[in-house]
Amino acid sequence: MRYAMAIDTRKCVGCSDCVIACQTENNVPLGFCRDWVVEVVDGTYPNVSIELRSERCNHCDNSPCVRCCPTGASHFEEGGIVLVEHNKCIGCGACIQACPYDARYSHPEGYVDKCTFCIHRVREGKDPACVSVCPTSCMYFGDLDDPNSKVVNMLKNRKFKSLAPEAGTKPQIFYLV
Amino acid sequence: MREELFASGRNIPNIDPYLNIWHWQIPIYLFLGGLAAGILFFAGVFTIMGKAHKMPATVKKAPMIVPFALIFGLFMLFLDLKHKLYFWQLYTTIRLESPMGWGAWVLMIITPISLLWCASYIKEFYPNWDWKFKFLNTFEAWVIKNRVIVAWPMTIYAVILGIYTGILLSAFNARPLWNTSILGPLFLVSGMSTGAAIIIMLSDDHKERKIMGRIDILLIVIELFFIVHLFMGFLAGSEAQIDAANLFLGGKFTAPFFTFVVLLGLIFPAVLEIFELKGFKVPIYVPAILVLIGGLIFRFLMVEAGQITRYLY
Ligand code: SF4
Ligand code: SF4
Repeated sequence: MRYAMAIDTRKCVGCSDCVIACQTENNVPLGFCRDWVVEVVDGTYPNVSIELRSERCNHCDNSPCVRCCPTGASHFEEGGIVLVEHNKCIGCGACIQACPYDARYSHPEGYVDKCTFCIHRVREGKDPACVSVCPTSCMYFGDLDDPNSKVVNMLKNRKFKSLAPEAGTKPQIFYLV
Repeated sequence: MREELFASGRNIPNIDPYLNIWHWQIPIYLFLGGLAAGILFFAGVFTIMGKAHKMPATVKKAPMIVPFALIFGLFMLFLDLKHKLYFWQLYTTIRLESPMGWGAWVLMIITPISLLWCASYIKEFYPNWDWKFKFLNTFEAWVIKNRVIVAWPMTIYAVILGIYTGILLSAFNARPLWNTSILGPLFLVSGMSTGAAIIIMLSDDHKERKIMGRIDILLIVIELFFIVHLFMGFLAGSEAQIDAANLFLGGKFTAPFFTFVVLLGLIFPAVLEIFELKGFKVPIYVPAILVLIGGLIFRFLMVEAGQITRYLY
């Protein structure tokens, strides 16, 4: 089992519903976020192109954040989901330095927090909150090892990319372009 | 033209413009670690070489400050932890993959060794010192007789500690400025140089000062060479690394780096030390203090600048 997400940059309208849904679902404190939307503008007017990307922890296969954690608080769960165990975390910040995507932040209570792929929902067979609220349905969540999953289907039929693959982290969020 | 904007969520003050999670405590921690490593290295090496009696400040005096430096350094690390009550978990886990983890363990090993070392010399400073318990006295007698046996692990761990202060940063592939293997040797040499500076300041033996002065000049030359190497490596690297190097080659860290680290922290003290060796009267604490300040500022700049360098955004 290998959970992954495919996000369609051509369908995303940048409404940030995914951000709000995550903050609500996961009780993210005010002023912080576990996912965010990036707008990339290329070119000069009138020849501009815009790409909208909803970003979050990539639940990397070769994740430097898990590697550098001195206490094992950052660890892998089923399906390669990278999780932080709050009462094992000492808040040393090593994992924040290690993440090329700035996907982690220091929670006001001291531990480090980030996207969990809504593991509590996934275990109940539901989609992560961000995926389930997206008004354009531009996100697909599923198991890469399941040939019938929506993610595999999307990746088979569309061109895609991942972010900063040169950082060597093997990210598992794929952007359909 | 290419522009990246955060359309949502990220334009919030607590995370962006950049996640600066390590503050002033970490450079001080690295500085003290390097300095302690330098002093213990010289104390160990001269003891192993059988020259302890010729180098009193190196072997006896300077190591006295090492336990304080190490404990204060660990305290600095502790101050920078955000989940402080859980600190002890650092010492219930052994994770060799994590530099933060094995570094904490190296400190846990070298601090008692340095304490042992100091305890074995304490009677030379306080002749009336009494350990109160008989077994402690016997143990002390054993250490005094077998200093070389203690000096070996101490020297080896000193080198590991010195390199660790660089590896702690270089292990992060997400920060292009840190992600270079030269940082380990560079921080080791720089730490040794600051250790030598402390020894020079504490020594009142002319010959010892001369030996340490020579060593320090050599260390400074090696350090300069490593710094050139560092930037050469970056400039031959990926775009992220070129951008990282440019922070120091024209970017906002250029002035403090070249003024306080390269000129005042390395070249100028080396020149002063050369003059002193040639017989000119130079107050020895001037180059020594410059080296120490340069070393400290170097770590501040590296930690601060490294956190800005990145692949995305
Ligand atoms: S995106 Fe960052 S936090 Fe998430 S697994 Fe990868 S390195 Fe770790
Ligand atoms: S901040 Fe917490 S999760 Fe991150 S590396 Fe340190 S102990 Fe591990």
